[in-house]
Amino acid sequence: MNCRSEVLEVSVEGRQVEEAMLAVLHTVLLHRSTGKFHYKKEGTYSIGTVGTQDVDCDFIDFTYVRVSSEELDRALRKVVGEFKDALRNSGGDGLGQMSLEFYQKKKSRWPFSDECIPWEVWTVKVHVVALATEQERQICREKVGEKLCEKIINIVEVMNRHEYLPKMPTQSEVDNVFDTGLRDVQPYLY
Amino acid sequence: MCVEISLKTSEGDSMELEIWCLEMNEKCDKEIKVSYTVYNRLSLLLKSLLAITRVTPAYRLSRKQGHEYVILYRIYFGEVQLSGLGEGFQTVRVGTVGTPVGTITLSCAYRINLAFMSTRQFERTPPIMGIIIDHFVDRPYPSSSPMHPCNYRTAGEDTGVIYPSVEDSQEVCTTSFSTSPPSQLMVPGKEGGVPLAPNQPVHGTQADQERLATCTPSDRTHCAATPSSSEDTETVSNSSEGRASPHDVLETIFVRKVGAFVNKPINQVTLTSLDIPFAMFAPKNLELEDTDPMVNPPDSPETESPLQGSLHSDGSSGGSSGNTHDDFVMIDFKPAFSKDDILPMDLGTFYREFQNPPQLSSLSIDIGAQSMAEDLDSLPEKLAVHEKNVREFDAFVETLQ
Repeated sequence: MNCRSEVLEVSVEGRQVEEAMLAVLHTVLLHRSTGKFHYKKEGTYSIGTVGTQDVDCDFIDFTYVRVSSEELDRALRKVVGEFKDALRNSGGDGLGQMSLEFYQKKKSRWPFSDECIPWEVWTVKVHVVALATEQERQICREKVGEKLCEKIINIVEVMNRHEYLPKMPTQSEVDNVFDTGLRDVQPYLY
Repeated sequence: MCVEISLKTSEGDSMELEIWCLEMNEKCDKEIKVSYTVYNRLSLLLKSLLAITRVTPAYRLSRKQGHEYVILYRIYFGEVQLSGLGEGFQTVRVGTVGTPVGTITLSCAYRINLAFMSTRQFERTPPIMGIIIDHFVDRPYPSSSPMHPCNYRTAGEDTGVIYPSVEDSQEVCTTSFSTSPPSQLMVPGKEGGVPLAPNQPVHGTQADQERLATCTPSDRTHCAATPSSSEDTETVSNSSEGRASPHDVLETIFVRKVGAFVNKPINQVTLTSLDIPFAMFAPKNLELEDTDPMVNPPDSPETESPLQGSLHSDGSSGGSSGNTHDDFVMIDFKPAFSKDDILPMDLGTFYREFQNPPQLSSLSIDIGAQSMAEDLDSLPEKLAVHEKNVREFDAFVETLQ
């Protein structure tokens, strides 16, 4: 099958990299997460609840919604932190990109190992700019906030096209589709 | 079903910010069964709704609601009415879900142009500084300091009015006058005896006798305190012909000391006289006042008869001087700190400038550091030189003694 791919580009100041990335990733994951499945007999399952919460950004005039899952938040923050450090250490032009890939595991027969087949990839390209005065920073805050608003709208529009999504798995196959490692939420494997 | 989000200010103005529209039409998707797909898509739509609500401009407004405005909602059915959103509103199609019974579409139209609201708000709230011309406010209750000249604006006004209506000012002075007569004395009138009406209605001999009466006793006590007023008695007497002597005395006090040396024609009144607080204690120096740009505004325009006309018609309500018509001229009010330029600066502009002063060139780091270092280095040398010349200095000092 084809993997659809979306690219988002943002231009931010150094301090805003983390928050901008988190905003985008959390929004995507919000749409690609459900509550934990609780399988019952007869092949039916019920889905647990997942809350949402708002997150205000400190360096950007922006608020985004994420799932209320501390574990997921921690995992994302860790990854974004690493990305930010790598970006900073690379010096140079301040361009970087990070991808969030949703995949499905396909069990293969021995001796081949499991295949990971992506079905959706979100790529975020970051361009870091350096600003001199406080006034410029203030303008940047607002501008980046507006840009992120547009990005969120884009994400939502893509999500709602209802293109391919993996089929809901049976109990035995749930791990092939979802990340069941987290306690309170079940995002698609990414 | 439409949900309209609007903003309402404490003054009662309201403005539509967003309209969310949930539509269902009859177009059924035959292939879709009511299964997890539909539910999943609906829940996805709900999540998208959450995400979009945080993204519209109205969200930030709603976070800040409180005293000045509140956010309200209204639910209605039927056709959506987008006219209240102003020009250039944007629409977001949040999502569509096909169900066996129809297709559900959720969309949001939000206003882009929030500028209208913000300027209105700004107008409504009293400005922090500047536009209010009541620097020297004489409240209609006993003020602690008798020095303040009369306020020629009604206390209730918010908006900055550079040229207050004469009638207003006269009223204000009518009230404030009686409660603090000494204040009137403190402000010297300009020339012809009467600065703009608001300040010195006392001058009008045709004016209220009552007010004169209240002022007179206290005036007299201050008569003696004003030296050099006699210098201007001449000019005063020109304008105060036919007056009884007590009034002469009054008017003397109010005459601006510049009268004798002023370059401008005497028939100029300036409001700037109001700007000098504690005028009583200002040095009674003709030269000083001559060079005072406030006193001799070079570009003061002269206003027309409306002022004078009203002054004379309202003889009893004070303000009329009984002098010749061209004694009263409306001059641009130049508040304190205003420059003598063509555009009089208001206090707000001054305040903003003062808050963001340009960097002093002597304080810029490299120059400063260098010169400091140089100064420090050269100090011992300078000291040595001075020590050598000690005897010369001593001799010089002795010659002075």
